[in-house]
Amino acid sequence: MRIGVLAVQGAFAEHVSTLASIGVEGVEVRLPSDLVGVSGLILPGGESTTMRLLIDRWGLRDPILDLARSGAPFLGTCAGMILLATTIADGDPPVLGLLDMRVRRNAFGRQLDSFEADIVVPILGDAPVHGVFIRAPIVEAVGPGVDVLSRLDDGRIVAVRERNVLATAFHPELVGEARFHRLLATMAAAHADPGEGAGRRPHPTRRGRAED
Amino acid sequence: MAVETSTWATKKGLAQMLKGGVIMDVVTPEQAKVAEAAGAVAVMALERVPADIRAAGGVARMSDPTMIEGIMAAVTIPVMAKARIGHFVEAQVLEALGVDYIDESEVLTPADEENHIDKHAFKVPFVCGCRDLGEGLRRISEGAAMIRTKGEAGTGNIVEAVRHIRAVNSGIRRLASMREDELYVAAKELRAPYALVAEVAREGRLPVVNFVAGGIATPADAALAMQLGADGVFVGSGIFKSESPERTANAIVQATTHFEDAHIVAEVSKGLGAPMRGIALEAIPEGERLAVRGW
Repeated sequence: MRIGVLAVQGAFAEHVSTLASIGVEGVEVRLPSDLVGVSGLILPGGESTTMRLLIDRWGLRDPILDLARSGAPFLGTCAGMILLATTIADGDPPVLGLLDMRVRRNAFGRQLDSFEADIVVPILGDAPVHGVFIRAPIVEAVGPGVDVLSRLDDGRIVAVRERNVLATAFHPELVGEARFHRLLATMAAAHADPGEGAGRRPHPTRRGRAED
Repeated sequence: MAVETSTWATKKGLAQMLKGGVIMDVVTPEQAKVAEAAGAVAVMALERVPADIRAAGGVARMSDPTMIEGIMAAVTIPVMAKARIGHFVEAQVLEALGVDYIDESEVLTPADEENHIDKHAFKVPFVCGCRDLGEGLRRISEGAAMIRTKGEAGTGNIVEAVRHIRAVNSGIRRLASMREDELYVAAKELRAPYALVAEVAREGRLPVVNFVAGGIATPADAALAMQLGADGVFVGSGIFKSESPERTANAIVQATTHFEDAHIVAEVSKGLGAPMRGIALEAIPEGERLAVRGW
C-alpha cells in the first residue's frame, strides 16, 4: 500500500519520513500521473497560495477530487487544512473544498505568535499530542457532518474529520507524532482492500464460495 | 494547557514550511503582490535589490520601517527583512515591527566585523548566509534557524552559488563518512561546535533548512540549485531586473517544484524574454564582493 504526499511545495519530506517510521511507503505527488496507485493522500504544511497555484497549473485538482470521491482517506496539516476547506474566511475561493468547514488563515497572528502546546485528541488515546502551530489556521465553523477531534482550551477547533477526510491546524509530522499517520494508513488499507465482509472483493482463500 | 511561543521548533519549522519554494526580493507592496501571485512562498522586503545596492555603493542599511510595514500589509505570505551583520538593534527594530524572519545579511554593509548577532536572544527566527559548512554551523550555533548559501548577490551569475552549495553538501558528506574519533579534529578544522558537527555526521544533513541564494536568474538556475541539494531558493535581483518579472517569477517557481523534470523546466523557460543582464565574477574587484562579508 502506498500513500501519496502532495509535494508541489512545503514540508512533504517530513510526512514521507513519518510514514516510513510506521512502515508505509510515501509517494511524492507533483503531477497527476503520480497519483496512480495511491490509497490515500497527505496535503502537507507550506504556503497555501503557492500550493493553490501549482495544483491549478499542473491539473492536479480533478484527479485529487476523483481520489477523494473514491473514498481514499486524506490528511491535511496546516496549509493542507486550508486546501481542504469548503470556505476560506478571507474571501479566497476554496481550493479542493472536501471538508465542510470555514477556516481562517494565519489565525493566531504572524510568526512571533507561532507556538507549541500539548493538546488532547480523544480518538488517539489519552497521551496528549504535542502540537506545533506555525502561522497556523483555525477552524471557525464546521458543517453538520464534521466531527471535531480536538479543541484548544479556549474552545477553538484545531482538528476535524468528515468521513474519509482528516485535517489538523498543527504539524504532527514535525515532532515524530505518527498516530494521525497510523489512522490514515488504517483507513487507506481498508480502502485499498475492504476485505470479505465489505462485499466488494472476496477474500482470496474463499474465492470459490464468494463466486457462488 | 501550557503554551510556549517562539520555540526552536516553531522558528525552524517556519523554514521547513518554505521548502521547495522561492523567496523573492521586493522593494514595493506592488512587487510583493506580483511575487505572491506568481507563487512566492515568502518575500524579502528591502529598499533596493542587491544589483542596485551594488551599483549605488555607499553604506547599505536596514530598510525604512514604513516600507516594510507596507509590504507586510500587502501580502499574506511571510515577510522577511534584512539587518546588517552584527547590528542587533536593527534586528530588535525588525522584531518590533513583527516581521516573520530576519536575514542577517552580507548584502548590507556589516556593522560588526567580529561578532554576528546573538540570535538566541530573539523571538523572531533568523536566516544567515554561509559559503561552506563551517560558516553555516557557526551561524546555527549563534541561533540561526535557517541557512542560505551566499552566492554573490546582485550579479545574476550562478557560479558562486554553485561553489557554496557544493562546499556545504560535500562538507556534510565528508563528515558523514568519518569515524567518531575523527570528528573532534573535524570540528576544530571547521571552527564549529563539536556537538553540531557530531549531529551533522550522525544525521547526514544540517539541523536546519538550507536555501541557495545569490545569482539565480533563470528557471534552470533554480533547478540546478535544487538538484545540488538546496531545500529552496532565494531570488533577489533576478526577478524584477528581468524583462518580464511576472513570467520569470512564475517560471522559477515551477522549475523549483519540478526541478528533476527537464521537460517541465524546458516548457516554463520558453519565451521569458531577457533575464537580468548579469556580471562576470572576474569583473568584480575583490573589495566589492559581498560573500566575503561575515566570518
